[in-house]
Amino acid sequence: MDIHEVSVLIGGRAGDGVASSGQVVAQILAHMGYRVHMYFDYPSLIKGGHNFAIIRGAERPVGAVRDKVDFILALNQETIELHRGKLGRGGVIICNGDIASHPGAVQVPIGSILKNEQAPTVMGNSAIIGAFLKAAGIDWNIAEEVFWNALMKETVQNLRVAWQAYDAADVRMAVKEITDHRHPVMTGNEAIGIGLLEGGVTMYFAYPMSPTSNLMHFFAAKADEFQIRVVQPESETAGILMALGCSYAGVRSAIGTSGGGFCLMTEALGLSGIAELPLVIVLGQRAGPSTGLATYTAQSDLLFALNAGHGDFPRFIVAPGDTTEARTWSRLATAFAWKYQVPSIILPDKIVCEGLYSIDPDFSIDCHPEPIMADPGVRPYMRYQLTESGISPLRFPPSVGDWIKVNSHVHDTDGITTEEPEVTRTMADKRNNKIAGLREELEGLHPVEVSGNTNSDGALLTWGSNKGACDEVGKLLDLRVIRPVVLCPFPERSFANAMTGVRRFYSVESNETGQLARLVSQFGYRASGLVLKYDGRPFTIEELTARVREAIS
Amino acid sequence: MKGSELISHAKNTWCPGCGNFIVQHALKEVVSDLGSEGYPVENVILVTGIGQHAKIFDFMNLNGFYSLHGRTIPVATGIKLANPGLKVLCIAGDGDCYAEGIEHLIFAAKRNVDITVMVNNNRVYGLTTGQFTPTSPYGFHGRSTPKGEKENPLNPLDLVLSSGATFIARGYTGRREQLKFLLHEALLHKGFSFIDNLQVCATYCNLTDYYNERVYDWDAGSSGDYQAAHKRARGWDYTADTRIGLGIMYQHGAPTYEEGYPVPVALSEEGRGQAIRKFLDSRL
Ligand SMILES: Cc1ncc(C[n+]2csc(CCOP(=O)(O)OP(=O)(O)O)c2C)c(N)n1
Ligand SMILES: [Mg+2]
Repeated sequence: MDIHEVSVLIGGRAGDGVASSGQVVAQILAHMGYRVHMYFDYPSLIKGGHNFAIIRGAERPVGAVRDKVDFILALNQETIELHRGKLGRGGVIICNGDIASHPGAVQVPIGSILKNEQAPTVMGNSAIIGAFLKAAGIDWNIAEEVFWNALMKETVQNLRVAWQAYDAADVRMAVKEITDHRHPVMTGNEAIGIGLLEGGVTMYFAYPMSPTSNLMHFFAAKADEFQIRVVQPESETAGILMALGCSYAGVRSAIGTSGGGFCLMTEALGLSGIAELPLVIVLGQRAGPSTGLATYTAQSDLLFALNAGHGDFPRFIVAPGDTTEARTWSRLATAFAWKYQVPSIILPDKIVCEGLYSIDPDFSIDCHPEPIMADPGVRPYMRYQLTESGISPLRFPPSVGDWIKVNSHVHDTDGITTEEPEVTRTMADKRNNKIAGLREELEGLHPVEVSGNTNSDGALLTWGSNKGACDEVGKLLDLRVIRPVVLCPFPERSFANAMTGVRRFYSVESNETGQLARLVSQFGYRASGLVLKYDGRPFTIEELTARVREAIS
Repeated sequence: MKGSELISHAKNTWCPGCGNFIVQHALKEVVSDLGSEGYPVENVILVTGIGQHAKIFDFMNLNGFYSLHGRTIPVATGIKLANPGLKVLCIAGDGDCYAEGIEHLIFAAKRNVDITVMVNNNRVYGLTTGQFTPTSPYGFHGRSTPKGEKENPLNPLDLVLSSGATFIARGYTGRREQLKFLLHEALLHKGFSFIDNLQVCATYCNLTDYYNERVYDWDAGSSGDYQAAHKRARGWDYTADTRIGLGIMYQHGAPTYEEGYPVPVALSEEGRGQAIRKFLDSRL
């Protein structure tokens, strides 16, 4: 059977390397011209427990998985027991024959292969991948190219192990090459990292927390190549304040966390607001409240991100829906933070953070905001000079003859504390005035994406990683899909355009109250229904299709 | 730069007799002296917390970052990491640094980051009008403890020593020349410098007579001796009726935090593009 779409599940114990093997499978599909998405499911523990990944490749961009899979790569028996119900018609199980079996399965004699090659146990996964390649009728050259590209350790030995299994297995279901136009795969965390680098970030502060820890690991592993410093502070509170120290000194940094850590940052978020210090926060969402589900997804921090910190101050919030958006909007989030001297929050969810997606490497939004610097000749320098745009030109210490003061209190144009009512109001207006410029600039950048049947008067409203499932289901059910990528300042004009002609819309979100629906209701748009999922798992295509049908009927 | 030019036009609002005036003038003179020793004034960054101590931010013509309550040290660390050429001085309060933000003090000492922290330890929450702090004497009658506080004070010198600080001193606003000297030495020390400054609070905790009767100078010769430093740190527990040592308690050279995290070489647009392309290629 020839297929133009393929799904592969790989499962094993935590610590078995499920994610890295899944990535190799994803890269193999990417090499064959597929657009790929991988969902990685793991409990919050280090060894033992069950991990699995589903890799889906298709001709068109994908960002969600299906209920059924074509291949199950089982590193242990438990994987077969847990997932065999997901095997579609004609599906193939490939397993470690030493410890697992199933009628009709491709049983790979991993133990004897490793012995022949005198290879360590960790290379067992390469044997499973080798057997998969054969079972899927994939050309051996692709394995060679991908293994080498991936800069795998001990590539030669891994390839020998994979070859033995490839040689021994037989073709079961041919997966065809689609095109030689290939898209690299990476996680959203990595794409955010690339975007931050392109935004000029050279310092990264993070206290470990899923789902953004891997961004810290990515930067740390590439510290020399990317010339970035990774600092692990004593707490999120410390991290955000270190970042503000960098901003004061004119150095671009970013900080990464999740809900719990962001809670600790809120006082300093307000400091960024009043002191007008640029700040970039990557807030990866996971299920809350409190510790919640540490390694599972949610989109329940939107209203928190919008409102975090006491007092009013402008901020920029963007929720990328895949790696292509994550990269370009992370660059822009940094640029806007520095141009408007505001905090920028990049708000992915766990699916975007830790999921793999094909990235369109050439896509970029042609917008390059620059910080507004004080003219070198201008004296005396006023850190909080009043301007029409509300943006005071920047100057960084050391600067001969200047006192550059930033202040958490209400302050005058020199940054000196004041309690005068007049100055208080003027300064509040000045900060607030920055929003108009930022919003205007954003309206030109497609801050609201529209897909599906763009003429339909029925629509799905969604955000973040639900882009993947909604884009497909919208097409399938002939619905318009409206997805604000920028959430603050809310792009009212683009949203109104996107909503033109819509009579009913349903908000598809991974939270229990419909936070985006609540946000748009402030602008007069009332959802006809909510399609919510809050069990920590993403919608599959089939599940969302059924849920939307049910909501509409 | 003359010291007087370092005093700003902002209206001073400290209480008459406040030890903060001594701090302000000591700082003014030290910064001015450093200027003639080759450390220009524009390289000095003053980071303050929130409290009476912190108002010095407004009263000085110095670069500055008026931070949050308890949060001088992480800001200073960020500034120092961003630009190691700057001289970063935190002036913090005892509530500020020993209560709200104590974790930062421990970690700055642990890292030996090259910043200076002076805590104006008036043994009371001044700005919030008279509650006990971590270093208030046992039994302190504050507005939140009218029957007397029942917690023993914390010993910051002992804490900071065991956390790894490489310059530790105790000053007293009743000894202005010495305070100036300590501040000067602390700012010149390479590594984490800490001064616990017994600052007289004229309104809520005036211990002038108590201090004057007990203070003495530590022997300047033995500041490199860790064991001796430990003894000095333990010499007064901030509540017992013993003598109170002043001066440099401990000084020791060690690699600094920023030396381990050098400022990255800025990548050219092209260099960055290449690094990113290399990564993208590894994902095909
Ligand atoms: C997070 C936070 N909590 C409480 C306060 C209120 N507050 C302002 S100053 C202060 C105490 C100041 O005491 P200290 O740090 O000893 O400084 P002093 O006024 O004695 O110089 C407090 C609790 C605050 N500003 N921020
Ligand atoms: Mg105090």
